[in-house]
Amino acid sequence: MPIQYYIYFSLALFSIGIIGVLTRRNAIIVFMCIELMLNAVNLLLVAFSKMHHGIATTNNAVSTAGVEGQLFVFFIMVVAAAEVSVGLAIIVMLYRNTHSVDINFLNRLKN
Amino acid sequence: MNAIIFSAIMGVVMMFTGIFTNKKPVITLTAIVALVILLVANILNSYGIFSIQVDTKDLLHFNKMGMFFNTLMIAGTLLFVLLSGSELEKLGNKTADFYALIFFVLCGTAILTSFNGMLMLFLGIEILSIPLYILTGSDKKNLKSNEASLKYFLMGSFTTGIMLMGIVLLYGATGSFGMAGVSNPATPPSAGVQTASFLQVAGMLLLFAAMSFKVSAAPFHFWTPDVYDGAPSVFTSFMSTIVKAAGFFAFIKLFASNTSLLGPTWSIILSFVIVATLFAGNITAIFQRSIKRMLAYSSIAQAGFMLFALYSNNDLGTEGIILYTVAYCLATIGFFAILMKVKDYTFDGFNGLASTQPVLAFVATICLLSLAGIPLTAGFFAKYFMLASVVKAGGPIWLVIVAVLFAAMSAYYYFKVIQAMYFKEGQPETAEIGQGFKFGLLLVAVAIVLVGVLPSLVLNCFYF
Repeated sequence: MPIQYYIYFSLALFSIGIIGVLTRRNAIIVFMCIELMLNAVNLLLVAFSKMHHGIATTNNAVSTAGVEGQLFVFFIMVVAAAEVSVGLAIIVMLYRNTHSVDINFLNRLKN
Repeated sequence: MNAIIFSAIMGVVMMFTGIFTNKKPVITLTAIVALVILLVANILNSYGIFSIQVDTKDLLHFNKMGMFFNTLMIAGTLLFVLLSGSELEKLGNKTADFYALIFFVLCGTAILTSFNGMLMLFLGIEILSIPLYILTGSDKKNLKSNEASLKYFLMGSFTTGIMLMGIVLLYGATGSFGMAGVSNPATPPSAGVQTASFLQVAGMLLLFAAMSFKVSAAPFHFWTPDVYDGAPSVFTSFMSTIVKAAGFFAFIKLFASNTSLLGPTWSIILSFVIVATLFAGNITAIFQRSIKRMLAYSSIAQAGFMLFALYSNNDLGTEGIILYTVAYCLATIGFFAILMKVKDYTFDGFNGLASTQPVLAFVATICLLSLAGIPLTAGFFAKYFMLASVVKAGGPIWLVIVAVLFAAMSAYYYFKVIQAMYFKEGQPETAEIGQGFKFGLLLVAVAIVLVGVLPSLVLNCFYF
């Protein structure tokens, strides 16, 4: 498949994530949308990695170009997992105090 | 490398300290000793006497500038713990864990001062941010702290997504995660002309937006007042100084050779961001009633000044950011230490502080004068170097004039605190204040004046 398809698909996923973050009011769903953004990035990384590998191997059959893109994906996964653990803990903490996970609640701080 | 390894180890050590003892003064003492060890290890590393060598495959690149900045960060944290450690102990009974998280933040700053590529930039930013989400929410029963934490977390991870998208687009355009991708246009193998592709420009702008968020530059500053206001004051003091300075260092390092990709557009974008940051910070700070919130807005305003180092991108700018870090850390940590001793955070809460607590009021005055940039305090030379670097880089003179006007405006809200302390009647409620604390505060005041009279003291250390 041409690389453009991957780019369009990833950007679509990424945009869905952004729109979700900006419009949804439930903290858990906002959080899921952020994860969606990270996964769109992962997909695009792998696609670009494959593309750069393809370009490099046409000149040099044993090139390792493009490997770092795949490696980056692992780092993103690990960091995303760390963020999930912290984020869910924060949401649980908020739920214990207010019995709600609504984001509108956050506006209270401004006063 | 020493700073990264030692700070990570010290973080683990602090976690174990929490298992073996529950006495809070002991834990604070351990943290102070650990910080001193970290400081010594980093200074030895920067003189090349003792350093642990690890082959990082060119992912990290250590230079004198970065290591000197590490020294400043660690020394700033040490000052923070010495002055505010007792306040930190009052937050629940997980004191050791808070110190552990502070050490992990320091590990993140050490990575941010030495990264050589997008991978380490990303990891550094995350290692820096994730502990901060927890520290912001450390006052578990307090709703304000909870909200601040959730808000910071959601916005922070949203920006992480944006930053990653930027990195990936740059990778797609250039085929590497190296620093060159940010600044130099990728050369297509076929064409001889250097052109920046759409992917690369888009990636760079996304990266710029994400980094602006991390240093709370307008128009990405909306989280700052709420988070700084909601977080426990101890951690606001830490976040707005050490962490922000490290963010700026990474920002400047990342866009160090920025001119070629966007051409003249770059300086237009940057001057817009600078003016917007100065405007948003200073104008809103004037209307605040809570001093803590005023300081949050003033930290946005100070970020505007720090952005000048990014604009000028020359030696003077580098010296300026170092001086600014020193001046800003000293003044803000000092002032927050005083603020935490006063019960009421509004301006009225400071009424008549000079008559009941003359030492506190005096040191607070010095800190505020330094933040406003009055001559003979460290803040003056910090601001002077920043503006001089823009002039030297051939930047527009109107930008300098705007900055000076905003600096003059900032004097208004800083002086309002001084006025409340010295010229208004009142009986401010303060916590118990020990002699050691007063002595430490006086040392901070002396340091501010000393750097203000002889800025070369700090800068000579940098060149050793």
